[in-house]
Amino acid sequence: MSAVTHQSILPERSGLARRLSDFLWRHPHVLLLILLGPPVLWLGIIYLGSLLALLLQSFFSIDDFSGLINYEFTLATYKQLLIPANFDIILRTVVMAALVTLASAIIAFPIAYYAARYAKGKWKAIFYLGVMLPLWSSYLVKIYAWKLILAKEGIVTWALTKLHLLWLLDAWLALPVVGGNSLSISYTGTFIVFIYVWMPFMILPIQASLERVPGNLIEASADLGGNPAQTFKYVLFPLALPGIVAGSIFTFSLTLGDYIIPQVIGSSRLFIGQAVYAQQGTAGNIPLAAAFSVVPIVIMGLYLWMAKRMGAFDAL
Amino acid sequence: MTAAVLFQKVSRHFGNVRAVDGVDLSIAEGEFFAMLGPSGSGKTTCLRLMAGFEQPTDGHIEIFGETAEGVPPYRRNVNTVFQDYALFPHLSILDNVAYGLMVKGVGREERRKAAEDALAMVKLPGYGVRKPGQLSGGQRQRVALARALVNRPKVLLLDEPLGALDLKLREQMQEELKSLQKSLGITFVFVTHDQGEALSMADRIAVFNNGKIQQLGTPEDIYKRPQTRFVADFVGSSNVLSSATLAKLGISAGAASLRPEAIQIGTSWAELLTLSGTVVACSFLGAVNRITVDCDGQRIIISAPAAMPVPEQGANITLAFSRNDMHVMEQA
Amino acid sequence: MRSDRSSTPLSLKIAAGAGLLFLHVPILLIFLYAFTTEEKSYQFPPPGLTLQWFAVTWNRPDVWEALLLSIKVASIATAIALVLGTLCAAAVSQTRFFGREVISLLVILPIALPGIITGIALRSAFSMADIPFSVWTIVLGHATFCVVVVYNNAVARFRRVSGSLIEASMDLGADGFQTFRHVILPNIGTALLAGGMLAFALSFDEVIVTTFTGGQQSTLPIWMLEELIRPRQRPVTNVVAMVVVLVTFLPILAAYYLTREGDQIAGAGK
Ligand SMILES: Nc1ncnc2c1ncn2[C@@H]1O[C@H](COP(=O)(O)OP(=O)(O)OP(=O)(O)O)[C@@H](O)[C@H]1O
Ligand SMILES: [Mg+2]
Repeated sequence: MSAVTHQSILPERSGLARRLSDFLWRHPHVLLLILLGPPVLWLGIIYLGSLLALLLQSFFSIDDFSGLINYEFTLATYKQLLIPANFDIILRTVVMAALVTLASAIIAFPIAYYAARYAKGKWKAIFYLGVMLPLWSSYLVKIYAWKLILAKEGIVTWALTKLHLLWLLDAWLALPVVGGNSLSISYTGTFIVFIYVWMPFMILPIQASLERVPGNLIEASADLGGNPAQTFKYVLFPLALPGIVAGSIFTFSLTLGDYIIPQVIGSSRLFIGQAVYAQQGTAGNIPLAAAFSVVPIVIMGLYLWMAKRMGAFDAL
Repeated sequence: MTAAVLFQKVSRHFGNVRAVDGVDLSIAEGEFFAMLGPSGSGKTTCLRLMAGFEQPTDGHIEIFGETAEGVPPYRRNVNTVFQDYALFPHLSILDNVAYGLMVKGVGREERRKAAEDALAMVKLPGYGVRKPGQLSGGQRQRVALARALVNRPKVLLLDEPLGALDLKLREQMQEELKSLQKSLGITFVFVTHDQGEALSMADRIAVFNNGKIQQLGTPEDIYKRPQTRFVADFVGSSNVLSSATLAKLGISAGAASLRPEAIQIGTSWAELLTLSGTVVACSFLGAVNRITVDCDGQRIIISAPAAMPVPEQGANITLAFSRNDMHVMEQA
Repeated sequence: MRSDRSSTPLSLKIAAGAGLLFLHVPILLIFLYAFTTEEKSYQFPPPGLTLQWFAVTWNRPDVWEALLLSIKVASIATAIALVLGTLCAAAVSQTRFFGREVISLLVILPIALPGIITGIALRSAFSMADIPFSVWTIVLGHATFCVVVVYNNAVARFRRVSGSLIEASMDLGADGFQTFRHVILPNIGTALLAGGMLAFALSFDEVIVTTFTGGQQSTLPIWMLEELIRPRQRPVTNVVAMVVVLVTFLPILAAYYLTREGDQIAGAGK
């Protein structure tokens, strides 16, 4: 056999690959550097660099007369966030994000619970795909679908007419705040679409945390005389909470930063994302746009910090 | 003759942990060498130093007279049978066995033939088309062996290769390994924490503790003449006589070992040393009885042939043994 | 979690089923609308069904241009993400070094923060550095948030390629490159493929960051966004929407089947 040799240590082979391989074996730190270099440089320079540059801009201000950026350190731009018009935007967005998160948790829970506790074998796979496909399918198409559904001549109106319940819709739309000319230009519409688009992100973490609950814990509660409501309140809900919190990180963060949904389906009142978009685009006020975009970062920072303390990251 | 593996004052430290600490050893070509020791005593680390996965913090290693430090594993003509076998899950058994030849550039036909021969040698002919997942633990172990041996290494390193097998399979494999080693003449370095395995298979044994070699010698040496209390305790249920007991026998020494089967009951010839004590417990172990005796606080275990009458519990008996069966140890 | 005793409560069945219906019906409606004869409104039920819009869409150069740009961007971004994500996963899982947590955080940040922040940050950086908009400015943004999808998939699989496989390969005489080619790559291959598919789907569909980094160019999602805000050619949009749904389903299904034994596609990856 040609390759079988009687040498105990084989001679160094020539060839670039072999020499490089020897070199890297002797210097594992160089290998680590080669592995980490490109991704860290890319993310560090392109992403973090731009992000820091943006944050820096929020400490500049814009000259009201010339419209040019005044490169002097100031907190004036942040102060602008507190004027009522801007503060309303922040408040509106945070309230919406909180409501969307709450509603998503309520809708997601039964699906996650069923998938975790009752679905087996083939059904488990169907449930998984049933969540993954809508989660991954096109964001814009999903919004578009709701534009079709909520339109005045769309399926909702049609269905309610058939059921002779159109008066209900009209009554709802006549309400202040949540109402409007039609569903597609009301807060109600924005709310529904937000839930639709971000709710799937809630299901998988809840399912993961429920799967870790031993089934006999639930039976134990029932054996001890707990009725279903008590079992839910004292056993299931606390155990699922880390999953809910983990899921809410997504629903909350994604709602906070979205500017397309409220623009396509909603009233003309702005959300944070729209404000950022408008400030940097038409208004050309980059410092204010930057300051606005710091708001979700700070809110998410606080949120993540709280979530970490509740142990939500184990459920991801 | 140059040693197959030579360690001179070799140490490997991980931070504060001295996994291997100043080890000297010399393994002869063609030898079946066992490394025995409790968990964490540095056996695996020693093996990895030979294979080239670890570099010594200090000291010098030679393989057949050539310096091994700084030589990557793929340039050492040394192969390893891993504790978890480490078969490649994506390759068939045949491709697993032929892997070493493939990366060395051996032609397809030639390496297929060599791999099939190697599989036949470990009694798995025709298993080549399967995947590792379709084999039992014992079969995987044989494949790992064939995969290493097909390269005709100068030294074969085995890290507790029988650890995961059941008792019967284990005994069978012990014999097969031993006869394979004899017929191939390859140097085997065998790691185990089972003293019986080391004693029955090895030509020489190194007993490890805390990264150091406690004793290095033939199985008979290790079994009959343990040099330290640790070896006596670890290698078998040797009695370790304290200095107080030895004083009663007229010997002044720190400690001495005495094998249980070297002690007789009741007989008392002039040339034998004697001790008297109370029987604490008796248990029947098939061919022998195990009798525990208390001699003024010194526990002594006796292994007596089952044919001998068994003393009653609580009875006072006399123990007799030859001075030659007793081995004075350095205090350790 | 097992339940062998109790049968499924009816109310739970209804709630879970209704939830899934809520997720799927809107997407199914897209398929119906692609065939409607109504041009001017979103009338339901459609007054009639026709195939004509497929032909109309087929002959639209602007749709083709947007589609080709999207495919181009997604391909390049996926390729970059594959390289960066794999390197990062290899470093994090095969070696031990200080600061691994920081690296994981750095990779996840671009999707953890709202897309609009990534978008505006990149845009202001481009304008500061005087970089004109091009395919590459779009790719730069997309690759940044696609890295995490590849990374998640690769890290999960690297964990299964135990260290001893790599040592076994080296022990048998394979150098670093041979080990990569014959042991590492075959074992992580499907995970990389799955990660690549998901990265492609993610990039193909991305709109928020693209609005900031694309300038006048229009990818398919940008084309759709314009239609959403100012509907001009509803029937063509309907057809495009349906095609987009079909095109994104394929990589998702493929990724699911590739990673189904053992690890699951990280749902949190999007
Ligand atoms: N890479 C490493 N980093 C840090 N410590 C290590 C490393 N490898 C081994 N050690 C330590 O070195 C000591 C010896 O380990 P080694 O694996 O050689 O023991 P062993 O005798 O093979 O034990 P076992 O019978 O359990 O396999 C142990 O305390 C172990 O924790
Ligand atoms: Mg070991």
